[in-house]
Amino acid sequence: MKGGIWMRDQLSWKVGGQQGEGIDSTGEIFAIAMNRLGYYLYGYRHFSSRIKGGHTNNKIRVSTNEVRSVSDDLDILIAFDQETIDLNSHELHDNGIIIADSKFKPEKADETGASLYVVPFTEIAADLGTSLMKNMVAIGATTGALGLDVNQFEEVVKEIFGRKGEKVVEKNMEAIRQGAAYFKKESGGQIENLKLNEADGRRRMFMIGNDAIALGALSAGVRFMPAYPITPASEIMEYLIKKLPDFGGTVIQTEDEIAAATMAIGSNYAGVRALTASAGPGLSLMMESIGLSGITETPLVIVDTQRGGPSTGLPTKQEQSDLMAVIYGTHGDIPKIVMAPSTVEEAFYDTIQAFNLAEEYQCPVILLSDLQLSLGKQTVEPLDYNKIEIRRGKLDLQQEIPARGDKSYFKRYEVTEDGISPRVIPGMVNGIHHVTGVEHDETGKPSESPSNRQSQMDKRLRKLSNLKFDTPVHKKAPHEEADLLIIGYVSTRGGIEEAIPRLENEGLKVNHAQIRLIHPFPSEELRPLVESARKVAIVEHNGTGQLANLVKMNVGHAEKIHHILKYNGNPFLPKEIHNKCKELF
Amino acid sequence: MATFKDFRNNVKPNWCPGCGDFSVQAAIQRASANVGLEPEQLAVISGIGCSGRISGYIQSYGFHGIHGRSLPIAQGVKMANRDLTVIASGGDGDGFAIGMGHTIHAMKRNIDITYIVMDNQIYGLTKGQTSPTSAEGFTTKSTPSGSVESPLSIMEMALATGCGFVAQGFSTDLKDLVSLIEQGINHKGFSFINVFSPCVTFNKVNTYDWFKEHLVNLNEIVGYDTSNRGMAMQTIIEHNGLVKGLIYKDDKKKSYQEAAHGYSDKPLTGTDLKLPEEKFNELVAEFM
Repeated sequence: MKGGIWMRDQLSWKVGGQQGEGIDSTGEIFAIAMNRLGYYLYGYRHFSSRIKGGHTNNKIRVSTNEVRSVSDDLDILIAFDQETIDLNSHELHDNGIIIADSKFKPEKADETGASLYVVPFTEIAADLGTSLMKNMVAIGATTGALGLDVNQFEEVVKEIFGRKGEKVVEKNMEAIRQGAAYFKKESGGQIENLKLNEADGRRRMFMIGNDAIALGALSAGVRFMPAYPITPASEIMEYLIKKLPDFGGTVIQTEDEIAAATMAIGSNYAGVRALTASAGPGLSLMMESIGLSGITETPLVIVDTQRGGPSTGLPTKQEQSDLMAVIYGTHGDIPKIVMAPSTVEEAFYDTIQAFNLAEEYQCPVILLSDLQLSLGKQTVEPLDYNKIEIRRGKLDLQQEIPARGDKSYFKRYEVTEDGISPRVIPGMVNGIHHVTGVEHDETGKPSESPSNRQSQMDKRLRKLSNLKFDTPVHKKAPHEEADLLIIGYVSTRGGIEEAIPRLENEGLKVNHAQIRLIHPFPSEELRPLVESARKVAIVEHNGTGQLANLVKMNVGHAEKIHHILKYNGNPFLPKEIHNKCKELF
Repeated sequence: MATFKDFRNNVKPNWCPGCGDFSVQAAIQRASANVGLEPEQLAVISGIGCSGRISGYIQSYGFHGIHGRSLPIAQGVKMANRDLTVIASGGDGDGFAIGMGHTIHAMKRNIDITYIVMDNQIYGLTKGQTSPTSAEGFTTKSTPSGSVESPLSIMEMALATGCGFVAQGFSTDLKDLVSLIEQGINHKGFSFINVFSPCVTFNKVNTYDWFKEHLVNLNEIVGYDTSNRGMAMQTIIEHNGLVKGLIYKDDKKKSYQEAAHGYSDKPLTGTDLKLPEEKFNELVAEFM
C-alpha cells in the first residue's frame, strides 16, 4: 500500500520518546490541529504502567475518510531518542521518513529503507528560551514535511498556551516556524509523496471512547459516580467529576471497587442513575455486587474497559479477555445484559441505552469496552441530541400508591407475566417494602419456601426473554453465500473493515458481523450468517477464543469456526487480520 | 405524627430469645419517632449476620445487602436522596472484619448517615466463631485453643479516623441508647454508635452481667468533655474500651454533602434526567 492514492488520502505519523517528556502532548497538538482542518484521525498510544521513563509513543493516522484502526505501516516517525528509532523503524515503509532530534546523534536502524532527517529539536527550542518547546519544533518539522501552512496551528497553540500569555503563544509559534523552516532546508523542499489531499474543513468531535461513555452517562441523566481509579477506565470519572457539579451531582472516589459497585446500587435503589466503571481487576471485586443487583432487581450499570489480564496482567495494553467473567461471573443465576459497542459513537448511544435497559429490566447491565476503544482517540461524526431517549420502565415517581391498612409491604417483587415488577423508591408514601439479597417473597420478606423460590427465580429469569435491543449484531453482509464470515466485538471492527476489501480484491466473498449484544446472546440474528458462510473467522484479543466458544455454544457449527487470536498486548493491524483470513483458504 | 409503634412491622425476628439485638431494634424505632420521622422517610440498610436482619424488622424502607457492605449501600442511598434519614447497621464481623475498609472510609468521608453496630464479640449466625472484637484467649469453634490475636480497639480506631460522632451503648440501657441514636441522627455528618449487644447462645463470657460489671458510664466521670478528642482517647485506653455514653462529638466538621463542590441541596431524585439541548451542544463543542 505505498504511493498512489493511498499516500495522498492518508498518512500515518508517530512520535516517540521517554514517558514524561511531552510525547503525548506533541501528538495531541498535532492531532487537534489536523482534526480542525477536517481530517479524520485515529490515535493510539503505547504507554507503560509508570509515570516517568520507559518508551512511549503516540501513533496518529490522518485521513480524508473515516478511520477506526491503527494503520499497518508508518510514513513519518518523530524520534526524541534512539530507542524510538530502534523499536519503531520496522513499521516504516521505504518511502517513509524519520525526523529525529540532533541531540542524541540519531542513527538509522539497519532494516529500514526510510530516510533519516536530523533536526535540532532541543537546540532550536533552547535558543528560543526553553528546551520544553522541542515538541513544537518537531510539529513544525512535520508541517514542513507535509507542506502544511504553519499558521493553521496558531488557533490550537493559542487555545493551549493562551492562558500563559501572548508571549508564550508567540514563542511556541516561532518554534513551529523554525522547525518547519529547518526541515524544508534539510530536505531540500517538501517531500511530494507525503502531501495530503485537502480535507473538507468540517469541525468534528475528537475524543476517546471513555469521553463518549462519560458524555453518554451525563446524557442518560447520571448524577452520581462512585468509582476507584484504574487504567484504562479513569478518564470516565475524571470527566464526570468536572461536569457533574454543574448538574448538582458528584463523583466519589471510593476505597475500592466493592464500595463503588455497592454505592452505585444504593443510589440506583434510591432512584438516581449512578454509574461505575472499572477494568478486569475491579470487575473481579464487583462480582458479588452484580449478584446483589440481580437478585434485588436493582438497576446497575458497570463499564468494563478490558485490558490485559489475568490479575494485574498488562494494565496498559489491549485485550478482550473478560468476556466469560462478565457473562458468567457472580455465583447463582441472574438475568444480566452485556453490551459491546464497537465504535466511539456507539459507546455514546449504548451508555444511554444501558441505563434505560437497567431500569426497564431492573437488572445489572455491563457495558464492555476495551483499551483500544476506551483510549484510542478519534474523529467522531456528530452525535444526535434527538436520539437521546430516557426510559425508566415500571418506575413511576408521580404515582400515588394506595394505602394498605395492615402494615403489609408494597409488592415490589410481584410476580408478573413479563417478570418485571412495579418499582418504587425510598421516600414514597405507602411504598414501604423490604429489599434483600436473600431469596424473598413478593414483598421482599425472606422466604425459603420451595414454591416461592421457584416463582421468584422464574420471574427473574424470564425478564430478558423479550429483551428489546436495537441492532444486537452490526452486520455488513452483502453476500447471500459467503466464503468467509468474520466475527468480532468492540474495537476489532476497524481492522476487520479494512481487511475485508483486501480479501474481496483477492476474490473472496466476505461477510462481517460485529456482535453488540453479548448476553443474552443474539443466536437467532447470527445463525443465518454462520450457516450461509463456508468458513467463519472469529477475531478477538485473548488466548482462548472466548467469543468463538460463545458462538459455538449458542449457534453451533464448530467445524467451520476458526480462531484468530492476538494477546501480545497490541491491537490487531488490518494486515494481520487479512493474512490470517487468507491462510484459511 | 408517627409514634414508635408506626415503626413496628408485622415480622417476627428470628433472633434467639434474650438476644441483645431486640433492644437495638426498639431503640431505633423509638429514636426515629422521637426525631419526628415518618416511616417512609427512613431507610435502614443492613449487612449480613444475625444483626443484619434488622432492616426487615422495622417498618421503614429497608435494604439487606451483602456481607460487610451496608455502609457503601447506605452512602449511595444518602447521596441520591439527602432528605432521607439513613441508618446503616450490622454486626462486629460485618463492620470490623469483612467491611472494615468501608467503616474507616465512611468515617473519613463523613456523609450524613448513622451507623449502628451490634457488637457481641462473636459470629453468631455461623454458630460461634471468633470475631475482630473477641478477647485474647477467647475460645470458639475457630479458636479451640483460645484466640491468639488481640481484639481491635474500635473506639480508638473511630477517633483516629476523625469521625465526628463516636458513641457506645449497651443494649439493656434502652433509654440511653434511644438518646444516643437520636443524637446520632441529628448530628450533621457521619455518626457511629457501637452497641454491646450480647449473644446469649454462643458468647458465654461477654454476658449481660459481665458488661454490667465492667462498663463505665461516661456521664459519671467528673469533668469528661465530649468535645475533647485527646481526653476521649485517653479515657478509652484507660478503661480498655469498656465505656458507654457519648464519647466524642465535633460539631464544627462539615459533612460531605455540605463540603462537596456543586452538590445539590435538593434530593437528586428530583432531577430532570434529560439534558437541555443547549447544554448538550456546549458539552459537544468542547471536543471540537
